[in-house]
Amino acid sequence: MCGIAALQLRNPSLYPKMGSLLSSMLCQIVDRGPDSAGLAVYNTPGLVSPGTSTLSLLGRDQGMPTPAITEGVAGLLAGVLPADAGVSVQVVGDTTLVGAAVGTDLLVKAVTETLPAATVIGRGEHVAVMKSVGHPMEIAAEHGLEAMAGSQGLSHTRMATESAVTAGGSHPFSVADDLCLVHNGSFSNHATVRRDLKREGVVFDSENDTEVGARYVASRLQQGDTLEEALVNLGKVLDGFYTLVVTTADSMAVVRDPIACKPAIIAETEDYVAMASEYRALAALPGIDNARIFEPEPGKVYTWSL
Amino acid sequence: MVTLTAPETTAPEPVTDAPAVVDLADAPVRGLNQALHDAVDGQSWTVTNPGGKHSLAVGINADVVVTIEGHAGYYAAGMHQKGTVTVNGNAGVGLAENIMSGRVRVTGDASQSAAATGHGGLVVIDGNAGARCGISMKGVDIVVGGNIGHMSAFMAQAGRLVVCGDAGDALGDSIYEARIYVKGTVASLGADCIEKPLREEHLAELAELLAAAGRTDNPADFKRYGSARNLYHFHVDNSTAY
Amino acid sequence: MTITSVPAPAPAPADITASDSAALGLRESATFDRATIADIQRAAATGVYDIRGWGAKRRVPHFDDLLFLGASMSRYPLEGYREKCDTDVVLGDRHASRPLHLQTPVTIAGMSFGALSANAKEALGRGASEVGTSTTTGDGGMTPEERGQSRHLVYQYLPSRYGMNPDDLRKADAIEIVLGQGAKPGGGGMLLGQKITERVAGMRTLPVGIDQRSASRHPDWTGPDDLEIKIGELREITDWKTPIYVKVGASRPYYDTALAVKSGADVVVLDGMQGGTAATQQVFIENVGIPTLAAIPQAVQALQELGVHRKVQLIVSGGIRTGADVAKAMALGADAVAIGTAALIALGDNDPRYTAEYSALGSAAGFYDDFQDGRDPAGITTQDPDLASRLDPVAAGRRLANYLRVLTMEAQTIARACGKSHLHNLEPEDLVALTIEASAMARVPLAGTSWIPGAP
Repeated sequence: MCGIAALQLRNPSLYPKMGSLLSSMLCQIVDRGPDSAGLAVYNTPGLVSPGTSTLSLLGRDQGMPTPAITEGVAGLLAGVLPADAGVSVQVVGDTTLVGAAVGTDLLVKAVTETLPAATVIGRGEHVAVMKSVGHPMEIAAEHGLEAMAGSQGLSHTRMATESAVTAGGSHPFSVADDLCLVHNGSFSNHATVRRDLKREGVVFDSENDTEVGARYVASRLQQGDTLEEALVNLGKVLDGFYTLVVTTADSMAVVRDPIACKPAIIAETEDYVAMASEYRALAALPGIDNARIFEPEPGKVYTWSL
Repeated sequence: MVTLTAPETTAPEPVTDAPAVVDLADAPVRGLNQALHDAVDGQSWTVTNPGGKHSLAVGINADVVVTIEGHAGYYAAGMHQKGTVTVNGNAGVGLAENIMSGRVRVTGDASQSAAATGHGGLVVIDGNAGARCGISMKGVDIVVGGNIGHMSAFMAQAGRLVVCGDAGDALGDSIYEARIYVKGTVASLGADCIEKPLREEHLAELAELLAAAGRTDNPADFKRYGSARNLYHFHVDNSTAY
Repeated sequence: MTITSVPAPAPAPADITASDSAALGLRESATFDRATIADIQRAAATGVYDIRGWGAKRRVPHFDDLLFLGASMSRYPLEGYREKCDTDVVLGDRHASRPLHLQTPVTIAGMSFGALSANAKEALGRGASEVGTSTTTGDGGMTPEERGQSRHLVYQYLPSRYGMNPDDLRKADAIEIVLGQGAKPGGGGMLLGQKITERVAGMRTLPVGIDQRSASRHPDWTGPDDLEIKIGELREITDWKTPIYVKVGASRPYYDTALAVKSGADVVVLDGMQGGTAATQQVFIENVGIPTLAAIPQAVQALQELGVHRKVQLIVSGGIRTGADVAKAMALGADAVAIGTAALIALGDNDPRYTAEYSALGSAAGFYDDFQDGRDPAGITTQDPDLASRLDPVAAGRRLANYLRVLTMEAQTIARACGKSHLHNLEPEDLVALTIEASAMARVPLAGTSWIPGAP
């Protein structure tokens, strides 16, 4: 049970303001989920760079002595990656970002081998994912969201229902390259879908119902579905109540279950598409007075591409 | 988790002539509502910078006029009893929920469950209303200028719902004695809801409702829907409708 | 367990008893016992599921499976009657400026006018007020009789919102937002046509005599994030004076309690599967939800983890019958309890003096559960004016007050024996369990051991 705020910028001149706009949206949905929060930002200079894979790792030490973490992690990874991989490591708030000019699969393998304590919470060429437990605005501040530029961003505040209040259980769930998913609601048959996916070889990180949704979408995309098709298929398989936002390197999608109890509101202008759980999160966006504001129809998949 | 104490109350000065202005960019919602609860008949308020805040102008029980300049959040004018509340903008979930009497108007769209369980009074939505408009309505009159979402008038018990646009799926599911008028199309009717003849008395009440909402639509363009009353007593042959 | 318009199943022939049939070499199936066979025959004959009142009748681990460790050498008991053992409780002081202060932790659970007669509701109010405790409205609104006779009245806020209005909301001493009840977590309300009289129908805005079906979800919010906003609205309407309870049927009490707290509730009401109902499908009553005993420790754990145990109060209901049950619930961490079925019995429900009439209805004193069909000989679960007039609200209220006093004194007796000067000082360490099941559920050791199954 949660609050969602998502923003896709259509006008590149707004890119420098992405973080501050997303932060103003996040501030208004804190009450919906005071336990923990997560952020995903796309194409943010300084966090990701083109031609480089970036992994987001939960926490700031990765089993290393704190002062030496960046050198320590970089050294370990350099030992198993090709010499020209150009490993970079930085700590942003409660998140460790690891970059290298290799494929994400290879980078994940290297991290898993060298840093057994690490939890990968984000992966891809374009996205950085940050999560923590505590007040969402403090989490945003620790990570410096306000100053981040970018093309799109996704934030989520969580009131944990049935799984634990942990950073790992926070949304977004990012389980394939540049893919992120957040959820407000509660799936009612996620245990069965989880078992089915496990049988197909999918590996899970948490007991969270939303991770099942994210793994399902990733699995469909891998099988060749478009984002829209994957979400239509999700509606056939996962039961219960949900408002979902899914982002990829260049797209954003919103879908609600057919009963559509959990709220969602969308504002669209020439400059951006914004989605939030409540209107108040959209109230401070520029040009909101002239935006097209609507609630997504039940059971209908909406997608927007950059 | 919510704050542990009631927010500070700073009641604006009630003014009888010119409307008192409450700017919610600075003042808390608590102060606004307390002032409205302490109000006497004839006073008026203008609320600026509502910013989608929740529970604006709830529980009003005096003949006052409240104008909200901007978008309201959940439960605007909830449990309204007297006077008039106008939202010059959109309203969130549960607009005028459980309204007893008086009048509430939204110039833009209303989210889901508008006028839910309302017992009386008039709710006018100039734009569209979301899902579950008039759910469990118990006597309220609702006039929607645009479309309404799915499961509207679910278990509607009494009152009138007028829709000048289209209605979504499962309109009037499990309806009791409420009457529904729709000018546009109905995506589908819910269990036990049927089209009924539009007789003189219906044209008359529809004309009255449209006029009360300040609309000029022609009553003859509407269709009437109501209960087939087949679910009033459990019967095994209807079991799939439950 | 009958339905109107359906003939009651014929009683078992009196000439063959269980022991006779064993002597004849007849063997009853444990799977298809006689009650099950009758259920199948009834379903086949009518095509309708069985609807009845009361709570779960199957045996489940319960307070009977727990015992107190009285004081002896290592602990000192208090003198009965002379040394003070307080019983008062404050409910709802977390956010509300006007919390309830009750003289006994035994409250009366929500039961509607409609399900119960006006006289029964009045009697509940009288009995509760006489001993300084609260009573609760139900699905169908607040009656003047009930408000007039109740010093502390809790106003239920239900999915149907029948009779809900802001005037009564402001008159209420507390507001109880009902998500569910123990007899049917996840189920909606139901009141069959026989009980929808003109007055009941008027209060609920329904046609007279129809079968009322009511919703299982609230019409304008779903989930804790939206509940928080709803609680905010109710606080604004009542100017932050009135305590707000959240009532859940026990199924996932650890999560539900935590979420009620996070949504801003002042009090959590937790109803186990033995909790009663006026009319629900038998399959629902017997197969959905968990026993009260299993639910309490989970709820208390959630409150403790959030640091609000005894700050957000916990009221437990579902199968409370004696002062021992009251004391056990409180020792496990409840702040108060609520009684429904037991209160109706105190008023006169299932009284043997109506034996002949119960028999004519195909039931018997001690078994009567057809609260849905409105023909209650005791005049309690009915809207029939002649039957209802049998219940004298003053005398019935007096019986309820007597019973509430006995429950309170019994709980005090046990608390004193455990050396407590207030019921709230009972703790789980004062208890042991008689069975492994109860030990695991209540999280207290099996008697004579230090073993709690499943404990780390």
